[in-house]
Amino acid sequence: MIEIHNIHKTFGDKKVLDGIDGVFESGKMNMLLGASGTGKSVLLKCIVGLVKPDLGSITYDGRIFTNNKLDIRQEIRRKIGMLFQGSALFDSMNVNENVEFPLTMLTDMNRTERKKRVEFCLQRVGLENAGNLMPSELSGGMKKRVGIARAIAPHCTYLFCDEPNSGLDPLTAITIDELIKEITEEYDITTIVVTHDMNSVLEYGDNVMFLYKGKKLWEGHSSGIMDTRVKELNDFIFSNRLMRDAKKIEQIEENEQRDEDIRNGEV
Amino acid sequence: MKNLGSYLLFLFSLVKRSESPGILFKRTIDEAVLIGIDSVFIVGVVSTFIGAVTCVQISYNLTNAFIPNSTIGFMVREMTILELAPTITSIVLAGKVGSNIAGGLGTMRITEQVDALEVMGINSASYLVLPKILASVFVFPMLVVIAMFLSILGGYLAGTLSGALSGQEYITGLRSEFIPYNITFALIKSVVFAFLISTISSYKGFFTTGGALEVGESSTKAVTNSVIAVLIADYVCAQVLL
Ligand SMILES: Nc1ncnc2c1ncn2[C@@H]1O[C@H](COP(=O)(O)OP(=O)(O)OP(=O)(O)O)[C@@H](O)[C@H]1O
Ligand SMILES: [Mg+2]
Repeated sequence: MIEIHNIHKTFGDKKVLDGIDGVFESGKMNMLLGASGTGKSVLLKCIVGLVKPDLGSITYDGRIFTNNKLDIRQEIRRKIGMLFQGSALFDSMNVNENVEFPLTMLTDMNRTERKKRVEFCLQRVGLENAGNLMPSELSGGMKKRVGIARAIAPHCTYLFCDEPNSGLDPLTAITIDELIKEITEEYDITTIVVTHDMNSVLEYGDNVMFLYKGKKLWEGHSSGIMDTRVKELNDFIFSNRLMRDAKKIEQIEENEQRDEDIRNGEV
Repeated sequence: MKNLGSYLLFLFSLVKRSESPGILFKRTIDEAVLIGIDSVFIVGVVSTFIGAVTCVQISYNLTNAFIPNSTIGFMVREMTILELAPTITSIVLAGKVGSNIAGGLGTMRITEQVDALEVMGINSASYLVLPKILASVFVFPMLVVIAMFLSILGGYLAGTLSGALSGQEYITGLRSEFIPYNITFALIKSVVFAFLISTISSYKGFFTTGGALEVGESSTKAVTNSVIAVLIADYVCAQVLL
């Protein structure tokens, strides 16, 4: 479980995070939702300590992370798997070596165990034949998937994914979401997923936080998200065409129902 | 001054909590192969020509009939071993290795590869930078030895081919009044230069912020600052060690 309290971050005179609180439980799909530029990536980086918040505290399973000793932070970090928004693959290594890297550095697996684990992880993301390619030879979506394979390779306790399925086709996107959900539940890890994708939010979001201009405006289970009264969230959801159409159909049906009721009443 | 402070802090962070010796050793060897093999050709070409030019110019200036021709060989040896081989080689390497280090680290920084290492709990500075410094300090003296040898050879070729002096005279000159300490001095210099070039370039690359444009800027700064540092260090070494 990760708890964050009152996180503030300002770049220059631009306030990016303005007092964010939250609890991310293990075994659940915690999702950060919000429009581009609202500070989702910055929040994630604050949580893993790549960006130092101006104010606020972060604890990992009760252990204080912010401003703690470097050794303790390093120790916690060794349990973190992270997918960066831009994948951040090591471009001097091929796909196999990228996925193997955290295993070499963080675990005491021997060579055959590592090879096996790499094979398994690549297979999970559907890239079993891409092992010898260099990152420069991969498409954007393939890079994402290698990034996920690298993040999950060393059985992490905390998993952070910055837009795991942006740039992927719908089918692969579902596979990736499924994969993240599966390992989250199977190993009871604490997962935070940053996303814009309403499909995955509705399908998988156990705990959804909606960020807007550095503030958390809404939080709850995805099943309640369509009934929200928060205007900004409503705008966000229904900016999606499919959602809007769904809403329209709903309204048309409602209207028809009302018309019928009225007619019935009249009769 | 502020730059100098953060440079020193950066150097300190490299040795604090570094990775296991095994990984460090392997990474150092990898880097040494990269730096060494990749630079042999350019160092070879540059030093051969430097030797040749030195020889031709000395013989052009030595018109006095009372000075024996072998003096040319002697002077080529002195100049190349003491100054030209270590310093020119280092300046060439500042351009090649320095820009390579800064560009590589800068790219890793802006594409979040450095962050990815940090998130894994790895001290990215020591993992990425320390092997480069060790490899440079290890490889530069070797390259300088090659440069000494080739520039003397270049002088020999230029001298004999242009007919300025005979091969025998050149060799007689080479062997007269040889001071072994000069070689030690040159090698000490090359280690100092290697340290300066690799640390300054790493520092510039590692703290790149922004995008591709800034990576280019860091590379340029790495090279110019390294070259200036090498020349200052050259002067200081000469004052202190000779
Ligand atoms: N290192 C930085 N220096 C200055 N400003 C920054 C920095 N990092 C982020 N910002 C600013 O913080 C704001 C939030 O950025 P962030 O990357 O968190 O957005 P995001 O919510 O992840 O958007 P997207 O969905 O497009 O990824 C942006 O306006 C950005 O300009
Ligand atoms: Mg982002």
